[in-house]
Parts: sequence; structure tokens; C-alpha cells
Amino acid sequence: MSRRIAVEINGRAVEGEVEPRLLLADFIRDNAGLTGTHLGCEHGVCGACTVQLDGHPVRSCLMFAVQAHGHRIATVEGMAPGDSSLHPLQQAFHECHALQCGFCTPGILMTMEAFLREEPDPTSERIRSALAGNLCRCTGYQNIITAVRLAADRLQNKGEAAVEAS
Amino acid sequence: MKITADIIDPVAINGIGTSPLRKEDWPLVRGEGTFVADFKRPGMVHAFVVRSPLAHARFTSIDRTAVLASQGVLDVITAAELPDRGHKIPTRQFADEGSNRFLQRPLADGVVRYSGEPVAVVIADSRYRAEDAAELLDIDYERLEVVLEPDDAVAESAPLLQPDAGTNIAGRLLVEIGALDEAFAQADLVIKETFRIQRHAAVPLETRGLLAEYDTETESLTVWGAAKIPHVNRAILARMLGWSDESRVRMVELHVGGGFGARGEFYPEDFLIPFAAIRTGRPVAWVEDREENLRATNHSREQVHRVEMALKKDGTFLALKDSFINNTGAYVRTHGMTVPGLSVSMLPGPYKWPAYRGEFRSVVTNKTPGGTYRSPGRFEINFVRERLIDIAAHRLGIDTVDIRRRNLIDRASFPHDVGTLYDGHPVIYDSGDYELLLDKALAAFDYEGLKRWRREPATAGMRRGLGIGFFVEKAGPAEREYARVELNDRGDVVVYTGSASVGQGVETILAQVCVSHLGLPYDRVRVVHGDTAVIPEGMGAFGSRATMLGGAAVMRASEQLRKRLLDAAAEELEAAPADLMLTAAGVSVIGAPTRSVSLTNLLSASAGVITEEHRFVCDLLGFPYGIHFAAVEVDPASGAIHIHRYAVAYDIGRCVNPVLVGGQISGGFAQGIGGALLEEFSFDASGQPLSASFMDYLMPTSEEVPDVELLITEDAPSPLNPLGVKGAGEGGTAAVGAAIANAVSDALGTEVTRLPLSPQRVVELVGA
Amino acid sequence: MKPAQFEYDDPQTEDEALDLLARHGDDCKVIAGGQSLVPLMNFRLARPARLIDINRIDSLSYIRREEGRLVIGAMARHTHLEHAEEVAQGWPLLTEAVGWVGHAQIRNRGTIGGSVAHADPAAELPAAFAALDAKFQLRSKRGSRTVSWDEFFVSEFTTALAPDELVAAVEVPALDPGTGTAFVEYARRHGDFALGGAAAIVKLGRDGRCERATIALLSAGPAPVRAKAAEQQLRGAKLDDSSIRAASAEAVRGLRPTSDLHGSTEYRIGLLRTMTERALTKAAQRAASSTS
Repeated sequence: MSRRIAVEINGRAVEGEVEPRLLLADFIRDNAGLTGTHLGCEHGVCGACTVQLDGHPVRSCLMFAVQAHGHRIATVEGMAPGDSSLHPLQQAFHECHALQCGFCTPGILMTMEAFLREEPDPTSERIRSALAGNLCRCTGYQNIITAVRLAADRLQNKGEAAVEAS
Repeated sequence: MKITADIIDPVAINGIGTSPLRKEDWPLVRGEGTFVADFKRPGMVHAFVVRSPLAHARFTSIDRTAVLASQGVLDVITAAELPDRGHKIPTRQFADEGSNRFLQRPLADGVVRYSGEPVAVVIADSRYRAEDAAELLDIDYERLEVVLEPDDAVAESAPLLQPDAGTNIAGRLLVEIGALDEAFAQADLVIKETFRIQRHAAVPLETRGLLAEYDTETESLTVWGAAKIPHVNRAILARMLGWSDESRVRMVELHVGGGFGARGEFYPEDFLIPFAAIRTGRPVAWVEDREENLRATNHSREQVHRVEMALKKDGTFLALKDSFINNTGAYVRTHGMTVPGLSVSMLPGPYKWPAYRGEFRSVVTNKTPGGTYRSPGRFEINFVRERLIDIAAHRLGIDTVDIRRRNLIDRASFPHDVGTLYDGHPVIYDSGDYELLLDKALAAFDYEGLKRWRREPATAGMRRGLGIGFFVEKAGPAEREYARVELNDRGDVVVYTGSASVGQGVETILAQVCVSHLGLPYDRVRVVHGDTAVIPEGMGAFGSRATMLGGAAVMRASEQLRKRLLDAAAEELEAAPADLMLTAAGVSVIGAPTRSVSLTNLLSASAGVITEEHRFVCDLLGFPYGIHFAAVEVDPASGAIHIHRYAVAYDIGRCVNPVLVGGQISGGFAQGIGGALLEEFSFDASGQPLSASFMDYLMPTSEEVPDVELLITEDAPSPLNPLGVKGAGEGGTAAVGAAIANAVSDALGTEVTRLPLSPQRVVELVGA
Repeated sequence: MKPAQFEYDDPQTEDEALDLLARHGDDCKVIAGGQSLVPLMNFRLARPARLIDINRIDSLSYIRREEGRLVIGAMARHTHLEHAEEVAQGWPLLTEAVGWVGHAQIRNRGTIGGSVAHADPAAELPAAFAALDAKFQLRSKRGSRTVSWDEFFVSEFTTALAPDELVAAVEVPALDPGTGTAFVEYARRHGDFALGGAAAIVKLGRDGRCERATIALLSAGPAPVRAKAAEQQLRGAKLDDSSIRAASAEAVRGLRPTSDLHGSTEYRIGLLRTMTERALTKAAQRAASSTS
């Protein structure tokens, strides 16, 4: 028995007729067509599917789409302010070689974007701890921590919304 | 990340030796990548692979009726539906004549030999419904006795996986160099020890996946989601389909979420999904889920070594003897004997051994089949050899650095023929200066300071230890690689490569090589890989070969293209080619910019595009080498290991991009930490996997991976390729087990003989 | 790894939820944060016929002080508990314990009621509630009842909750002044379920001796364990290394924590003893600094 749901994703209203069992991650990927949110384990460990629900990072593989009805979702696709620019976190990831295969990157960006809103000036130790809910198999995490720190500096000092494409 | 790069100054902007921003990143950070699960085709349906729930069982019938009647189901494929009930998947490397008896068919036919073996494929209009229907498949399993451990597999009474073969030994090899018995007879000390390395695996964060579509009009097949070795797999697929013309198959690489050896090999699904697409006439998508991934994708590393080492009392090595069993799991997969073959041929490491005897038996058991994982065969033997050396040093009362230094291969004796063979390739260390790297590393990492730290009292009962692991890595070959460089009259360059991307940054690296040798700017260069329709041949990306062979091919093709352009321009401008400079606008005479010819003019005769291609051939392997340093604090009460400092020194011949090399080392190190401390595929007595989720298969998080310090050197460029590169992908992993185990042994005063160093094992060592 | 089909209700009020529970009882499962349930459903290890989703019942989501006690609504998220100032002030043991639960993404969604009802013996909050002598408010269409933690936790993943009942809130009594608390655990990775852990509460008297000590262990048995004999042993004792070591040895006497691939029974007993020592030491230090 399916249900009609309406979810706001990256500021856009997305409606769908879904089975209750449809995972939020699948709704985002298949119904909304936003495939930047990846499924890495489907049991809540790897963090690749992390999105923001009403501003807070959650595992989209551990929620059903029906539960998101009436809520606000943010995904990686909503981060960059435009086609030719990047969010400061994205730019810092690019500059610091904080990604290799890039599969885990969207989930990490969604976690870290919220983290920097809560803690705008974190130490490396705090970043390391906040990052622990996202697995990355390529980088060894070091460059990610550097990138988050760089983004924190830029977000604080410059307060600019985006870094233009280099 | 602290990277000390002791490397040649770069010449070209964004060329070799520099670290330009990666070409790959932009879509990936924006969530605009196209991984295989992101790719869709009109009319696409979904496959779910039904897998054996048992590790060893016989079955006589599969009843498909209920599944076929289930909502949304289009088809169910079992062995009975396959032509000839399915052809065996061949090995692509290191075949042993005996191993053909142990190859895997795409679907089990009458017997299942590991939990997770494919028995059927359900095709439905959604993944959810395919999984619903799969539960209705009725199979009458009758349990068979299982064999799981390597030692048990060779026991006389062992249950046989393939009774017709009469043995569980799928391959064996003996290497003998020097006069072993004499050497042992002269020994002042003989160390005898058994070492065990646990089963663990690559586990890339993106699981495997494929999308296959058959065009009935052209009778051709397209497979998206290829990785690592698209051309090789195209040939295997065509052969298994019985197609003599392999160009009827097009393999397309999309974004690949990590490889590390496992992803991109030819697995049962690499036949089944294309086959299902042909059979149903619909595009068929399959994305492995994590539970499948941990049961079905290649495992690696499980070995038991029984080793003896002979020394003089001054610490001089006399001989090394090793007999080991490699557990390859239920079938021999595409790698054949690659993993044990690398172990046996590279155990000697960076040292002089007057005599060496190495022997392996690779056995089948009722566990997931195996293949390579980053630094295959070497993570294992580096642990064995470097532990053995520390045990010897402890017994002789010699410093662990001194005993190594005394036995390192002399700088004067390169190229150094180890005397072993790897898959027909002689193991000849192409170049090296091991002692120089040791000296540089001791200084760069302040080893004296670490020794002082080691002697200082630790807090709260913690125990401190230092460990080092010296290693030789291997890079290449699969003897050849293809490159084509194309330039149009607008100054845009396209590099076509037979190498593949597994997320490591191959586009960036090859673009840099092109920049250095063609001389046009980095941002004008685009790299195309992984599409068999536009690249005629290629060997792919594995064994740290992409830069070494792919890079050399791009270098040569770029040089050829530059020469052709400059020669043509020289004629036009009546100047010597050496006096000319190439820019994106055209060619001009150095110092006289008005004497120039545009690219439009130069390329007008060839319709605005010129192309050069090169096939780089190299039969020999390159051997980068390095040293890992670990400083740890061990909590004897909980068994926790805290890494105080970790450092890697690595000579890679020539460094194309220091930042990317740093990324390779740091990422490889993290995987090594997983292997040293956390990751293990465990099974219960019936062969049920106990680690089939990320709750139990423990990959390191940011909290478990400390920062790693890095020293990159270029003291021993490879003479085997014109770039001098040796490949840098695996040295970060190679000696983590060795260095950590040595450090923990030092901290506890007890000799570690098995991995991983789980907290329980550490506590047991404290009590031992 | 896609869940099997189920029916779904998302009541807006507690009464609606209790109506649904009364009607469907055994056939349904309440979903709160879902951070333990949904993984099981994705593996198809759990396949409830019907889910009653209580996420839309706002009246269950609160943390407040009532007559000195702390009352936590079932739908308060871990992250609310983690950041609640009044909790950090009055019940720092809970703040410390909740920091060990999973990762931020899990804590943003996981709920206190869900954690309690799931009754995982390796979970942090049930052990912390055991140390704090918490009570659980249970409601059904038949009425309300309040049960103490030791009546509530029956065994692994098993509680005293009837099929038609809902955990509505957790009541935590106030701690006396001069009390120190500590929560320690060890897991193979931070954020994993603990191989062993301990919560300790220590109250020191004027003479510096231990007036009251409470020890609760996680991953120690089928349910949270209170080490009553060890608590008794510490009453009136001077808290030093030797008394703490002796009490910790007593605390693990007779325990048979379940062996698994991450740690044997024997290893876990030793670890629990160490964790108890460390929790008691820390709690005693904190008690001492709060009285001085």
C-alpha cells in the first residue's frame, strides 16, 4: 500500500507515491534523481548516504522515505552555490587532495557542513572525532582533516559563500 | 600531512614533480559523479543474485516456479539455463596447470562450496521485488562436511572440494637458491617460528555493480561498470559467451569507487548480468549490496608460514627457509597463484641471503574465493620476515636497525637478481640504495628522538615500543600499455590510455606526463580511459602499473607528437626544431615570436587533428623500496594499541605528483592499520561467515588512523622505463603489519606471531 | 539489502499510538529512531508486519526536571541528551555515556526510548540508567505503570514491555551533592558497541570515605549488571588503588559475558574489571574535587 509524500530536497519540493519500505536513500536517488547520495553499506555504518534532515546529518539508509514526509532534506547537490563555483568545503577538499575515488565524499561533506555550523573553529582532534562516522577507504583521512580545517578558516575569516572555480 | 620530498626540481609548470589540483575532483565533490549505481538506461530491470546459505552442500533441484510467479519477476536463471551449464571463469595471471580443476563456474551446479556462492539470478522490475522473489527459491540442500583452515585442507582425511582432483592443493611452487643445508650447518643461531596472517580484503567503499544492455539489431553488448581491466574482461566475456568477435562487446568504465585489487576482476556476475541482458532483452542492472560484497568479492591474505632462519652470531644472515600454505578459498579465481607466487618470490626482501628455500601450497577451502589486495603477498611476507629478523636481533642482543643494515643488499650490486621468478618474470631488483634510504629515514624521522621517547617512562601502566619494517615492493608489469595523444587545431589535447581509473588519480598523473613531454598546458589536456570502443587495447590498472607503463606510453606518444609538430613547423619556419617553442596557439621561434605558425596551419593537412600512439613494452618488474617506522603505546589491561608516531620512507624512482603519492601512502597505510589491528573475516565451524557486515568487519575510521609522516626519495630511478618511475600505490600498506607487530613485540617483550593484533590477542601476549 | 514489505502507521498523538498498539499488538513493531531496527530490517533479519512510527508524536520529545528528578521523553534524541545543559549539570553520567553512542549521525536520529526498549546489553544508556536507578514509564490503552530498570531489562533484547505497551519516559532520580560519576568503555573502534564498560557513581562522606558506590556494567551479561556485592564492599571504605582493585575483582566475580569474534569471555571479564577500576577511580576523583 503506497503513500503520497512530499519532501523538500535542497529547497525543491519533491513528491512521490511510495511504498512504506522504500528507504529514504532510494527515494533521493531514484525518485528525486539525486544520485550524489551514495549507498555504501545499507546498515548505517559507512556514512556514505549521510544527508541532512532539517539541518542535521542522518543516515538516509536508516530512514524510510515516508518518515521524511513534510521534512527538509539537504544533499550534496545543494551545496555549491552555482554551476561554476564550489562551497568552501568542496573547494578545500579539492585543494587538499581530500578525496580519491570520491564515493564517500558526499556523505562526508554533509556531515562536515553541519559540524562546522555547530563548531566553527574546531581543533584537528575534534574534526577527527566528528569524521569517525564516515568511512573512507582511500585517503587515510589525513587530508580530509586538513581540508575541513582549511574550510573552517575560510568560512570564519572571509564569510564568503563560495570560492569561484580555479 | 607532513611530506618531505627529496626529489628532482620540476621543469614544466604542472608537469612531472609538481602537484596540480586533480582533474578528477570537480564532479565528485559536487555529487555529480557517475558511479555504476547512478547510471540508468530506459527499460532497465534489476538483478538479484541468490547465494548459497551454506558453506558446503549438495543440491539436486532448484524449483523456480514460485519465483517466476512472484510480482514483478521477469526471469530466473540457474545453471540449467546457462549454455553448457556455464563455462569456467579462466585465470588471467599466474596459472598453475593444476589449478584449472578448481575454477569457478558462474552458477553453482549441484554443489555449493562457500557461503555466498551464486546459485541463481532473479530479474525483476525493482531490486526490492527481486529480493522478495528470491526468498521463494526452493533448493534442497544437503550439507557436506566443510574444511576451513589451511592446515586442515592438506590433512590426509580432509574433505575434498573437488573429489575428482583428489586433493585440495590447487597449486604449489618450490624455489631453491644457494646451498641451504650447508648454510644451516654453519649457523650459530637458528630461529624457527610459525606465523599466521588473517583473511581480510580490499573492501572498496563502492561495492561492485554492472549494467548490461544488448542491442539485438547490431548483436552487440554494452557493459557499464567495468573497472581495472576493461579490455581483459572484454576478451574473457566474449569467450564465455562463445563470441569469436570480441568487438561485439563494449566495456565502459564509469566512476569507480576504489579498487585495491578486488574490484574489476572477472567474477561470476560479470558473466551473469550480460547474459541476463541478452536473455531478457532488457538492460539489466546489478549492484552488489554490502552483505554480498563481504561474502562474494575476493578475500585475501590468509597464510600460515613455517619459517627457519640461520644466522651467524654477529647477525649475518645465512639462510632462510619457508614453507607456507595460502588459503585461496573455494575456487581459484582470475589471479591464479598470483598471491602466493608474490609471497614466495619476494620473501627475501632487501637483504642478502646466501641460501633461500621457499615453498607454497595454495589450498581450496569452504571460504570465499581469494584474489589480490593492495601489496598482495607482500603485506604477509614482510610481516613474516621482519618479525623473524627482530626475533633474531632480540636473541643475539643486536639492535634491530643494526642487524638490518648489516644484511642489506649493497648499493653496488644493482641490478640485483634475487634468483626467484614471479609468474615467469625474474625478480631482479632494478635499482636501489637501501642503506642510503635507511640513513635518510633515521635522520628525517629523528629515530634517536624516538629511542629516547621509548626509554622515558609511560603514564598509567602503558608500555612503549618501536618497530620498523623494511620492504621491497613491486610495480608493473603485464608487459605493455597503450597510449594515444591527439591534438586539435584549437590546442586541445586528448590522451587516450589503456590504463584504468580506480580513483587513484590516473587522469591527473597522465596529464602531467603529457604536459612535461608535449609542452602544452595542463588545463588543455583531457584524459580518456576505460572505454573499449575508443581505446583499442589496454592492460588496465593493477600492481602499481598505471604510472610505470601507462605513463611511459603517454610520455613516448607525447614526445612523438611534439617532434612531429616541431619538425613540420621547422620546415615551415626554416628553423631548427631545437629553436622552436610550442604553445596552445602554435609554434614560434624562441626569441622571435613573430616567426610563428598557427596550429590551424600546421594541422590543416590532417583535418585539424593529429594523433600519435605508442605501445610501451616492458618485460621486467620495477622494485620500489621503503621503510615503515612505528612507535606505539600499548595498554596491557585492555589490549588497546595507541600509535604515537608512524612514518614511511619510500623511494619510488621518480615522483610524478608528491601530493598524490602522499595520498597513496596515507590511504595505503590506513588499510595496513586495518590489516594489522582490526580487519578479519571469521567463520564459524560450519563455514558461516561471522563478519558479513560492517558491524563485525572493522574498517578503520578516522579515530583509528593517525597521521603518517612521509619521506619520498628519488635516489634509484628505474632503468626500465624512460620516466624512471616505479609505482607508488602499495608501499603505504606493505609493511604496516610488520612495523606494528615489531613495535608491539618491543613494548611487551613478547614475540608477536600472528595478525591481527586484536585487543584480546594483545592481552594474551601480556600474559604469555 | 532492501527491507521486506510492511504496513505503516504514523500516529500524531500518543493516544492514537496506544490505540494502534492495542489493535495490532504482537504483529507490529514500534519504530522510534530506527537506528537499530532498520539495519535489521535491511538485512531482513527483522520483518515486522506493521510499523508504528512514533516520530510524529511531539509530546514524547522532551527533557525536563520534575520535582528534582530528570524526566526524559521517549522520543528525545541522543543528541538532545548530549547537549542538554541541565543534564550535564545534574546527571553528568548521562552526558558522558551518551557521547559513546555511535556517531553524530546516529545520535541525531536515535532516541532514548528506543535505546531502552531495544535492550541491547552492550548499549550505553541502559547501563547508565541502571547505575542511576532509573525507572521507566510504560503506557498502554490499559493504563500506565512505572517499573524500575531491573524489572524492565529481562534479557538480551527482551524487556518487561507488553506487546501493547509503549515506553513513554525515563525517570532519573537526582544525585546527592558530593557525588562523582564516570562512564568508561572500550570498543575496538570508537563508536562501536563496547567490548566492556562500566558506569560508576561514588559519594564521599565528610571523612573522605566512600558513603555510597554504585557500579553498573555493560556487555557483561544478558542485561545491564549492577555489582551489588562490590558496591557493598566499598561502603565505608577509603577509596584507594587497593580497595578499588578489590572491589573491581568482586564486581566481575561470577560474570559470564558472551564470547564472540571480538573478545572471549575470559578477555571480557578482565576488561570489565579494568573498566570498573577506571570508572571508580575517575568517579572518586570527581567526587573528591566536588566536595573540596
